Amino acid sequence: MGRRLADLFHGRPRLQVGTLLAGPVGWLVIGYLGSLVIILITAFWGVNALSGELERNFTLDNFQTIVEEPVYRTIAGRTIAIAALVTVTDALLAFPIAFYMAKVASNRMKSVLVVAVLLPLWSSYLVKVYAWRTILSSGGILNEVLDPFGINGPGYGNVAVWLVMSYLWLPFMIIPIYAGLQRIPDSVISASEDLGASPWTTFRRVILPLAFPAVVAGSIFTFSLTLGDYITPALVSNNQFIGNVVYANIVNNQPLASAFVMVPVAVMIIYLLIARKLGAFEHL
Amino acid sequence: MRLSRRSQWFLRAGVGLTLAFIYIPLLVILIYAFNAGKTLSWPPDGLTLDWFGKAVDNSGARDAFVTSIKAATAATLIAIVLGTLASLAVSRFRFFGRETISFLVLIPIALPGIVTGLAINDTFTQILGVDLSLFTVIVGHATFCIVLVYNNVVARLRRVSTSLEEASADLGADPWQTFRRVTFPSMRTALVAGALLAFALSFDEIIVTRFTIGADLETLPIWIYNNLFRSNQLPIVNVVAVIVIVISVIPVYFANKLSQDVGGGGGRAGGAKPEPVAAESTAVP
Amino acid sequence: MRSKGGNPAKVAWLVIAGLLVFMLAFAAGCGSDDSTTADESSAPTEVGAPEGEVNLIGWAGYAEDGSTDPKVDWVTDFEKESGCNVNFKVAGTSDEMVELMRTGQYDGVSASGNATARLVEGGDVAPVNTDLVPNYATVFDDLKDQPYNTFDGVNYGIPHGRGANVLTWNTEAAPDIDGSTWAPLLDPEVASQYKGKLSVYDDPIYIADAALWLKAHQPDLGIDNPYELDEEQFNAAVDLLKQQRPNVGEYWSDFAKQISSFANGDVDVGTTWQYQYFTLKGEGDPVASTPASGGFLPEEDATGWSDTWMISNEAAHPNCMYLWMNHIISPEANAKVAAWFGEAPAQSKACPEFKNLDSAYFALPNQCEAYNADNPEFWKRVYYWETPLADCGDDRGDVCMDYNDWVSAWTEIKG
Repeated sequence: MGRRLADLFHGRPRLQVGTLLAGPVGWLVIGYLGSLVIILITAFWGVNALSGELERNFTLDNFQTIVEEPVYRTIAGRTIAIAALVTVTDALLAFPIAFYMAKVASNRMKSVLVVAVLLPLWSSYLVKVYAWRTILSSGGILNEVLDPFGINGPGYGNVAVWLVMSYLWLPFMIIPIYAGLQRIPDSVISASEDLGASPWTTFRRVILPLAFPAVVAGSIFTFSLTLGDYITPALVSNNQFIGNVVYANIVNNQPLASAFVMVPVAVMIIYLLIARKLGAFEHL
Repeated sequence: MRLSRRSQWFLRAGVGLTLAFIYIPLLVILIYAFNAGKTLSWPPDGLTLDWFGKAVDNSGARDAFVTSIKAATAATLIAIVLGTLASLAVSRFRFFGRETISFLVLIPIALPGIVTGLAINDTFTQILGVDLSLFTVIVGHATFCIVLVYNNVVARLRRVSTSLEEASADLGADPWQTFRRVTFPSMRTALVAGALLAFALSFDEIIVTRFTIGADLETLPIWIYNNLFRSNQLPIVNVVAVIVIVISVIPVYFANKLSQDVGGGGGRAGGAKPEPVAAESTAVP
Repeated sequence: MRSKGGNPAKVAWLVIAGLLVFMLAFAAGCGSDDSTTADESSAPTEVGAPEGEVNLIGWAGYAEDGSTDPKVDWVTDFEKESGCNVNFKVAGTSDEMVELMRTGQYDGVSASGNATARLVEGGDVAPVNTDLVPNYATVFDDLKDQPYNTFDGVNYGIPHGRGANVLTWNTEAAPDIDGSTWAPLLDPEVASQYKGKLSVYDDPIYIADAALWLKAHQPDLGIDNPYELDEEQFNAAVDLLKQQRPNVGEYWSDFAKQISSFANGDVDVGTTWQYQYFTLKGEGDPVASTPASGGFLPEEDATGWSDTWMISNEAAHPNCMYLWMNHIISPEANAKVAAWFGEAPAQSKACPEFKNLDSAYFALPNQCEAYNADNPEFWKRVYYWETPLADCGDDRGDVCMDYNDWVSAWTEIKG
């Protein structure tokens, strides 16, 4: 049987490719992408305010609203800014521990650390955010700790969202950077040192450039997960993010929700294009 | 790499701080699992073990846990299959639209969860006319899990030279044998890494799940979401979270062990099997 | 194994693209969400055999089965008697309820007025044959055939109970408040004393609360029905809420979130339901609410709700749903839910039941009197949640803001 298949496939690379791709591409393009396109098309439609039914007449009103009303620009700007901030924060937090795991830790320590880093992924997202709510509340742990110093904690708000999101997506940044650093052969680093570079110079001119694509790879997750989230902003702040507006409108005014959703879609596509240019796709 | 005492100290401090950052909120969850009061006020009203008993008794929590395991397992398996297929195609062939595949698989996870959820919901209820059920949840999860497996495997396959596979073919093995004995072992650890991430993501996913689950079913995140509403059950939620974390140490540890066995340590010469290690160190990024 | 794909691959992509276009045409032609407007004849004429389960959507606390407090339960006996297992999904806002009902996966919902009209218009609910619900006969008259549950003369639901949105405050942190006015929330000057400590309901319908305030304090605007606002009145209400925004500590739709915020001291005054107030009191927190002595209303009156159990057009378990509807307005069950949630019962025969309830229900022995269950005059001061329509319903014509305007404005207010 294996022989027959082998003969069938032999010399027919397109058939091989086709068979390999039929499953994933079939579902993704037809089942997923197709619906996505349909949803995005509804952005050009109107809606009956009472029944929520879509009125299929072409209109640019929704896009007009998003562009002209300042609140949507504010919300989009806020979401993107915090997504960027979270990404940078996570990169900074992840690098030391990823480096330690990849280059310094013993094999046993490495195992322990990998488990330690992955473990938080297994605790419920909601429970983690609620724990942060407790920590950040005005009678909460953070304020208690800071009280003797006379400082007030950030409470709820944009700062809280930044903190919590940085916390939530950190493992998604640590693992790719760890994998990327692992791939840098020790010989390269030794060579750099043998040539007389200080550890800092080695880091700056050898390790960092080699690891950068991995950082970008991790950033794809931190950025996109922040861009689309609506639960965390609702739980630790009063400010709306793109996800909140979409969620609020999806029942009554799906065209508006669809139109607004084009923003993170466009942002992510641009981000992915840049990431690919930087070689991140090799490091995901 | 030789580091000065100072650099080492800084590095360790950085690691310690990051670990503290990661685990303090988890400690808070742990404390509240013993909370005697019913609301989330700080400091907790008192400590009790009652909630542990109640959590284990709670049939809703148990059912939800089982449902989540089922969904995550199935979704991961599908993601493994589809992700491997796609990555084999992309790394071993050249064809029109090859670059697009990487984009395609990334989109479900790159777009906001609501959009993915809505799209899959639409596909099933509007276009296919299928009712929502565990099946639709699994399909939904698999859709965004594919990328996690795909990315890991494709990265590995790109670095593993094809000379071994060609040699295998030259020696008379058919494609399936070549895959089973040459390709698969070399990508196994990447597969495990991807599968682990996929499982974790599926297990904890809530947004897409809300759009794809039937009315009578609950995954663990949905159960938690529903029970966070009922403040009297709040401590049970914390207990459940703690139990899940504790249980999950086991599979994570074993999966990690598995990926270590085949010299997944990378970069280190000697000691491990020469075959995959050589492939990794010769392919400089 | 490496080779070039070339044309056949292109063909494959073209095929996929073609399939996509076909799908789009199919979907476009097929139409969006199903929209079958129910006709009068779709209400059943008899209740058949129970189907074994029923899927409900409702407000928190509307279907307690003993899991919150073992003594608080009006579901388990229903399940035993009818053989219908109850699956209850808690929703935080009317929007959520509408969204869930539109999936067609639920049998019924306890809808407030800002959901009922939309559900009927969207064809998501079916008319109700009240003859099949024996307990309906003894429901208070002023709940029957109301504009929020009867459309074009056709009855679409069974009244559940009604209540007002109450003002709750922390007596230690805000000792100056006495519950006589909404000023701490809606008067910009007074509200700024509690900057960052206000708790406001996160739903566009809250604009009506601002309109109600303006009705009392800016009578020149001529606001009568806070849900039917023309542009000038609407903008005034929206402006008021924008002034409130800097003082808001949180917008809540998850009642547990609000409870924990009060308990933590994150908020000190806000608009809540009796349910949260009772829970906070039960926990020993220093809270007070607009007093029963004042009829639970500040001087500017209040918005509120009158909830209706509606049955889905696609109910998989219609018989169980009818049995549930009859059960929830049966004297004992209606008394229990009214006491537990803190609202006026719909069932007139529930009134004698309150004094028999377990203390776990926090029931007032004279709950009916205290909550004005049999006092239609009182309810003229409570403006039940309604769906804002473009048609003002009076001589102004079609100039009022519709629900989508309210939703957009709410997004603007929250910023």
